[in-house]
Amino acid sequence: MALSTNHPPETADLAALKAHAQAMRRHMLVMARGPGQGYVGQGLGIADTLAAIYFHELRWDPADLHAEDRDRFLLSTGHYSIALWAALAEAGIFAPEELTSYGADDSRLDMSTIDTTPGVEMIGGSLGHGLGQAIGMALGLRTKGSTARIFCELSDGEMQEGSTWEAAMSGSHFGLDNLVALIDCNGIQADGALVLDMEPVADKWRAFGWATQEIDGNDMAAVVEALHRARARAGKPHAIVLRTKPGFGIPTLMAREKAHFIRVDGGEWDQLMVELETEAAKHG
Amino acid sequence: MAEAARHPERVFTRAMGRDEATGSRPTVDAPFGLALAALGAERSDIVGLTADLGKYTDILPFRDAFPDRFFNMGMAEQNLIAAAAGLARTGFTPFATTYGVFASRRAYDFVAIACAHSNLPVKIVAGLPGLTTGYGGTHQAIEDTGLMRLIPGLAVIDPCDATEIQAATRAAAAHPGPVYMRLLRGKVPVVFEPEGFEFEIGKARLVREGGDVGFISTGFMTERAIDAAAALEAKGISAGVLHVPSLKPFDAEAAVDFAGKVKRVVTAENHVVSGGLASLVAEALFEGGVSKRLTRIGLPDRYIECGAVPTLQKRYRITTEDLVAAGEGRA
Repeated sequence: MALSTNHPPETADLAALKAHAQAMRRHMLVMARGPGQGYVGQGLGIADTLAAIYFHELRWDPADLHAEDRDRFLLSTGHYSIALWAALAEAGIFAPEELTSYGADDSRLDMSTIDTTPGVEMIGGSLGHGLGQAIGMALGLRTKGSTARIFCELSDGEMQEGSTWEAAMSGSHFGLDNLVALIDCNGIQADGALVLDMEPVADKWRAFGWATQEIDGNDMAAVVEALHRARARAGKPHAIVLRTKPGFGIPTLMAREKAHFIRVDGGEWDQLMVELETEAAKHG
Repeated sequence: MAEAARHPERVFTRAMGRDEATGSRPTVDAPFGLALAALGAERSDIVGLTADLGKYTDILPFRDAFPDRFFNMGMAEQNLIAAAAGLARTGFTPFATTYGVFASRRAYDFVAIACAHSNLPVKIVAGLPGLTTGYGGTHQAIEDTGLMRLIPGLAVIDPCDATEIQAATRAAAAHPGPVYMRLLRGKVPVVFEPEGFEFEIGKARLVREGGDVGFISTGFMTERAIDAAAALEAKGISAGVLHVPSLKPFDAEAAVDFAGKVKRVVTAENHVVSGGLASLVAEALFEGGVSKRLTRIGLPDRYIECGAVPTLQKRYRITTEDLVAAGEGRA
């Protein structure tokens, strides 16, 4: 992949991206089956965005993970690691067999992201860390004259961390138009539904000086279109507010009231896998 | 006039007064800023950041020389450290300045996880260490070295003077991992002769040998220990001085060796006496099998009030006279 040209494709193959997202969802169920638990709800919800990022928008080369002018994707919510491992496995960074080690002793696929795992750009999980580091990376790349971009995922719950707003202020102050924040609004946090109401989310980012879009984060066409729009470099950073549904793709999980951390019995994973395939077949 | 009459000797707080010099030694103005600007000319990877304290952390000479490599993050210390980590991840060597209280207490998780966990070359330069401001407990970093030395992989340096600040700045830039350095700013005294001065992170400096009492000191307390040792010599007491600018890595071998050759040990630090130098020395001596009486000079386990710096340093017994008293066995 010629990184230096740094132009993502003009047109997207939506069917291919949906197939990647579906494969990633399968990977996640395989991963969660091992320990019998995992942050599957969030992972399934963000799968479409990660598929669009890794298989369409991001300029990177799986064979050269440290290329200086690569685009960077930062997963700030480290506990979504299950989704990142799925994306990286789908991209060929890990062998599919390794996925069953998720959360096991001595596995590279931790329950929270760690940057010693290939393809990971920062340690996530201590919430409110991603956007600040994205600011530094965006400043650094711009100072070097690189045209590479930074994509930083963060969540609605994470907006409760004050450091997120420190970073948001500086992003617009420095006019970092090489930075795109992907805000996963799934409406859940550890104690249940959002403990602190963050609405109106998009207005908050707009007020902080960010070019802001708000879309259905489980609509692949909408995600791709929003990413295309965010390519415009208008002297300000870009925020894409993604409305996602925890457990998306598996009705049983979507119906669960508590989707922050999923625990089900061994046999039930098979049932969820069947449901995932049936649902995908239904919607094409 | 009536007020002045009631308090004829009232000394007023200088609050954020910039000068560290208290004695008669020559001084260098903004030694950190000078050193960083010189480094910036040699290395294009050096970038500077501050959190609305550029003027007060002596980094302006760097900003003026390299405006394109300087970022003022505003009053946002978590973002200061996170952004420094991000810059480090794109190949830069960031020097981030703020006050010690903010870098340690407020940004602790970011220093630990965003920087140290990944061993990123972020250099944190922390103003107002210990009792160098009369502004009160909000601004006096009296427990910072104790906090910071608990972070795995973070080097912690408390330099003594202008010569050492300049050498330590250079050593910090060359160090592959993260560094926390306490900053003496403004007109900083010259205690060590710059000619041929060498600084190595992790190494103590034997300043003076002596058999009766051994001062193990860090930061500006070493200047006082040197003066106290001279005063004690005039009284017939032989006092040695081991300067320990590097609290982490800590030169335990030098401390054990030095303490083994003196009758009593006095630690001296511009920091609370728990968690910092005194604790490090006690741990090292115990582990090294050296049993000596240990007198700890430093700040008490309490928040310090507002006041003039000389008043507070006298009140909390970190002056040269307090070290002389300790050397005589009176403290």
